[in-house]
Amino acid sequence: MNRNKIILKRFLLNKGSAIGGIFLIVIIIGAVFAPVIAPYNWNAVDTGPRLSPPSLSYLFGTDIHGRDVFSRIVYGARYSLSVGVISVLFGIIAGSTFGITIAYIGGRVDIIGSRIIDVMFGFPSFLLSLLVVAIIGVGLWNVVFAVGLASIPHFARIIRSAALQVKEQPYIEAGINLGFGNLRIMFGHILPNIFPIIIVIATMDLGGAIISIASLSFLGLGAQPPEPEWGAMLSSGREYMRYAPWTMIYPGLFLFLTVMSVNLLGDRLSQALDARQSINRGKA
Amino acid sequence: MLSIKNLSKEFPVEKGLFSRSNSTVKAVQNVSFDIKKNKVLGLVGESGSGKSTLGKTIMKLLNPTRGKIFFDNEEITQYNKRKMINVRKKLQMIFQDPFASLNPRKNIFDTLSEPILVHKLMDKKNIKDYLIKIIKDVGLNEESLSRFPHEFSGGQRQRIGIARALVLKPEFIIADEPVSALDVSIQAQVLNLLEQIRDSYNLTMIFISHDLSVIEYFCDSVAVMYLGHIVEMAPTKDLFNNPKHSYTKALLSAVPKVKSKNRNKIIIKGDIPSPINPPSGCVFRTRCPNPTHDCKEGNIEMGLIEVSPGHWVDQCCVNCG
Amino acid sequence: MRNTLEVKDLNTYFKSDYGSIKALENISFYIKEGEVLALVGESGSGKTVTSLSIMGLLPPNGFIEKGKIALLTKNNTQINILELSEKKLNQIRGNDVSMVFQEPMTCLNPTMTVGSQIIEVIINHKNISFSAAKKEMIELLKLVEIPEPEQRSTEYPHQLSGGMRQRIMISIALACEPKLIIADEPTTALDVTIQAQLLDLLKKLKNSLVSKTSILFITHNLGIVREIADRIIVMYAGNIVEEGKVSEVFNKPLHPYTIGLIQSLPEFNIENRKKIQPIPGNVPNMNNLPSGCNFNPRCYLVKESCKIQKPDLAKISESRKSRCFEYKQLI
Repeated sequence: MNRNKIILKRFLLNKGSAIGGIFLIVIIIGAVFAPVIAPYNWNAVDTGPRLSPPSLSYLFGTDIHGRDVFSRIVYGARYSLSVGVISVLFGIIAGSTFGITIAYIGGRVDIIGSRIIDVMFGFPSFLLSLLVVAIIGVGLWNVVFAVGLASIPHFARIIRSAALQVKEQPYIEAGINLGFGNLRIMFGHILPNIFPIIIVIATMDLGGAIISIASLSFLGLGAQPPEPEWGAMLSSGREYMRYAPWTMIYPGLFLFLTVMSVNLLGDRLSQALDARQSINRGKA
Repeated sequence: MLSIKNLSKEFPVEKGLFSRSNSTVKAVQNVSFDIKKNKVLGLVGESGSGKSTLGKTIMKLLNPTRGKIFFDNEEITQYNKRKMINVRKKLQMIFQDPFASLNPRKNIFDTLSEPILVHKLMDKKNIKDYLIKIIKDVGLNEESLSRFPHEFSGGQRQRIGIARALVLKPEFIIADEPVSALDVSIQAQVLNLLEQIRDSYNLTMIFISHDLSVIEYFCDSVAVMYLGHIVEMAPTKDLFNNPKHSYTKALLSAVPKVKSKNRNKIIIKGDIPSPINPPSGCVFRTRCPNPTHDCKEGNIEMGLIEVSPGHWVDQCCVNCG
Repeated sequence: MRNTLEVKDLNTYFKSDYGSIKALENISFYIKEGEVLALVGESGSGKTVTSLSIMGLLPPNGFIEKGKIALLTKNNTQINILELSEKKLNQIRGNDVSMVFQEPMTCLNPTMTVGSQIIEVIINHKNISFSAAKKEMIELLKLVEIPEPEQRSTEYPHQLSGGMRQRIMISIALACEPKLIIADEPTTALDVTIQAQLLDLLKKLKNSLVSKTSILFITHNLGIVREIADRIIVMYAGNIVEEGKVSEVFNKPLHPYTIGLIQSLPEFNIENRKKIQPIPGNVPNMNNLPSGCNFNPRCYLVKESCKIQKPDLAKISESRKSRCFEYKQLI
């Protein structure tokens, strides 16, 4: 049995990853096939009585504008997932480049770079995002940029230490020995070897990114109405909580379940990759 | 082919943005020797001797603090990275740890072909046949090329490491403890292989090891290192049959042998001093079993003296006799 | 005189993703009182697994299928280690049997002074006061030739050199005057001159210990075996392949693997002015053993019968055993 099969086996047999995986697949299918699954367009107002409770025709009820909550949730999956992913991608790419570069060059550059990271850490990431939004203005994509930016120090720090460890390995020395250029070593040798760690922290942070963006949207700084982002939906549903709780419950529920699934998967992924490291070293 | 004059390498102890370090790790101190073509020099020593650091400094993986390095009649001491690229084709290294010296994410073909591509040594279509020849030369079969490092045992990985060193057709190889991490029977296989390639590829070598038997078997001449200094250097037979320095004598008698011979066991007491603060004068004086008064006081500076043709001993022990 | 340790038909397995893998097969040997037995083998031979099985220190996925390990305790009774509860095992560990490992840095607690670690072992097993234990600890440090023992005992492991730490490990092992010490590659991580110091110390201790402590010395270095051991057992792929007195085995090895090992030594080839003739091939994977004798694919004496049937460990003389059909050719 080769090692990939072993890892897959361990991964799937675990209850946490199974549940998380199934749910996430459902959400992704929902997001991709939204036009097919959702009975109504997310923006279609007055499709039925406003604020009507969940029923057969409106699975999650309708909101104040008569829009089908279920359809908005399904389309909302597109927003919440993609913005999370994009923001994390932005943070990872910027953080990796920075972290690997200062780790590789070392010396004064590393010291200065680490101090910069520490300074950025001084701001709670949420406040940092608020600051950025204050500067560049509100809007869903602005918030994505802000959350991504705020996540850079976190990624950079972890990737820097991972890169430092890899840098010490003899095969990097061998590469220098063979006359490889700096860029080739940094991104052709160091980067592929810290890839597992990058994937793990990316998935673990994905949940946090989705929540941050949803929170900023909740505050009105992110997605602007009528965009069906779940955080924004939570916010607009607040007013009607007493007599039409479904307008809040479902966005909240799906946010919670999505983030939980992402976290579970990220956790399992890191354990599975740990296993791969130990198999790699020849000890099972 | 290789000539080193007064080479020293020191590492600063504190690294800070603004602080200046006063103390340094004196890893290599004032080392000089010449190596002729097709000869093998052994560097032997214990921890703190500086043998590995010396190897890396010669390769310019570390920058020398003082001294000069001449390779193939070129002085490479001050060469920057760009100038070294041409030199690196001729000067290669084999590393100690077979488990960490190969990139785990690349298969063997990529690992071996990358240097060829970087140096543009040949066309892509010729690479495969060339690598097949090399991988067979190190005793592995053709399908190894498509595999990854974790699929091989320690001994096999070391063979791949040797193959990687051969890919650029070097003339000089520094082998840093190439067999120390291997079991006895695999060690024998790899030593055998190193002998073969030394002959078939016409190599000049530096062989670094702490294992005296391996050095005695493989090398033409030996330099014994202690705390960054060479304390004795001689052709292999001379050194092992007629050691002159107290440290060499102690080192030789300390090696447990299967076919035991009658010998006086010299047990030197104490631990190896720290290279940050080595003893003044002769660095071995704190543990020497029979120092003279001058030795103990640290009055005698270190320096090699030729006591018989090709046999150099540090002057502290020459005086003791 | 009874034997300090008698191992009979020990079979140890490991559970893994590939199923259960047999690591030790029918291992049987004995150690006499006061003798040093060397257990020699390369990676994958099973020598460390043997020591862990004896001490009851196998990892969670290891289990002993069958066998008997009879230890002669300090009050002169023989007990089967495999039948002991964990509580009873703890009483024996450190007291009747103790172990010295290869890497002392990871086996000493970095947050306790070395003195207190020794005292801890003494107090754990002996019913004496703290000050009496402290006196014993200083005596132990003197016994292992640590200079300025009072000063040294207040230091932490990281302040000591590798050789010193290993001496501390030995003193911890000796603290309760055990009947058996298992030393697993204790000098492998040390420099040659420090190793010489330690081997010298072990020889002195062996000759002077009143309690007739036996030592099971595990190593892959044949030179050390020659220096310090009385008898030797050679292991290959989970089996014992040769057994005998050290001088006998080195003068006339009776198993092709042992011969191969000796001939792989650079020392051997320098003396005989030959090129090294290594043993071809690799140690087999324990879940993919060859049929017949485990060693046959690499053996220069191999015959067809070797590939079909596995030889038993045959008793050749009072002290010698060999697991080879062809041993007669080597006599």
